[in-house]
Amino acid sequence: MNLNTQAIDVSKFIKKYQYPILQDWMQNLKAQSVRADPAGDEQLREHCNQFLDSLAEALRSGKANDITSESWDEVRNLLTEISQARAKYGYTPNETALFIFSLKQSLFTRMLTEFAQDAATLVSIMWMLSTLLDGLGLFTIEVFQKSRDQIILRQQQELLELSTPVVKLWKNILALPLIGTLDSDRTQIVMESLLQKIVDTGAEIAIIDITGVPTVDTLVAQHLLKTIAAARLMGADCIISGIRPQIAQTIVHLGVNLEDVITKATLADAFVVALERTGSSITNRPLA
Amino acid sequence: MISIAPKLGSPEFQTLPLKTDENVVALRKLVREQLVAINFSLVDQTKCVTAASELARNTLKYGGGGQVRFSVLAADGSLGLCLVFIDAGPGIKDVPQALTDGFTTQGGLGLGLGGARRLVDEFDIESEPGKGTTVRIVKWKK
Repeated sequence: MNLNTQAIDVSKFIKKYQYPILQDWMQNLKAQSVRADPAGDEQLREHCNQFLDSLAEALRSGKANDITSESWDEVRNLLTEISQARAKYGYTPNETALFIFSLKQSLFTRMLTEFAQDAATLVSIMWMLSTLLDGLGLFTIEVFQKSRDQIILRQQQELLELSTPVVKLWKNILALPLIGTLDSDRTQIVMESLLQKIVDTGAEIAIIDITGVPTVDTLVAQHLLKTIAAARLMGADCIISGIRPQIAQTIVHLGVNLEDVITKATLADAFVVALERTGSSITNRPLA
Repeated sequence: MISIAPKLGSPEFQTLPLKTDENVVALRKLVREQLVAINFSLVDQTKCVTAASELARNTLKYGGGGQVRFSVLAADGSLGLCLVFIDAGPGIKDVPQALTDGFTTQGGLGLGLGGARRLVDEFDIESEPGKGTTVRIVKWKK
């Protein structure tokens, strides 16, 4: 008996016992998984059933040793769909792979009785199926990992975009509230968006607020100084605001020279300075 | 030369790799957590985190990556945090020159090493060209 006819036998076997295998598999899955499927039991049952269908179909082609071949397209598509959904719902890779691995027990127990008369065939079929399901399990992890990576990448990009808003405070006055870690990539984007906004609005003063920057080391200071120098070349002055006491002391000890830069403790102070510089002022109107 | 690096596997020291920018961010967070746990003042926290950030970045940028070991120390009734930055990079040819403000080989501000020394209470540096650099700092609780 060669591999092809064996695969076809297994295909027939799955079709013949699909319902009891499905019941058993569902039970295993529920016993081993720590959380309830968010989409509910019905969805899980349907996924399992579809998987058994497509597995039997793919095995019927006789190519049990190559899950990358065309006859396995449907199986792979289904697993991709399931893994992606699980990645989105925050499952662990372990739980995702369990979907496949828990099928082994159900299949093998039933095979023991079905192929009991021929030990050699039984061993050979089990070996084939075991290898096959391992391969499919690994495939789910791979897809899972990929979709996780995509989610992370998308979030990173969204963060980059989100964290660098340049806002207009007043005529000719821009503000750039910085939040979080200033690494080289982010600073580059910050600098570009600030300079672009200076061109677009013809602003004279830009306030860079660093209240939300937890650590100002020499690299961050250098990035800030470069941004300020570039803005100055375009005819805009910068004010750094949001320098907290601990940051001030640290900058002094580091020896970073910010003497050529106007700095203020709060954004409000910086705004008042900016208003004066641009010829506006705030007055308190007596209350009626 | 007496090595200032704690021995590998010495129980009280934890190790963190310094291979990417993300590692530097993770270290800053970790150092801050440690300092908060032993009740450092906000100013001392910031100073120590900044020094750690400078040295970690040096390890990465000049040392080609390495690792940092850290541990909470207790002496004379006071607590402190010890950090040891270890790389196997090209080493520093002239240590006093490297500690001089404004000296830089790669276009930085040239304040990182000297600045870090001013931000902490103990600062030891050991470097041999071709063998790598080890920097050990301690910040004591005031």
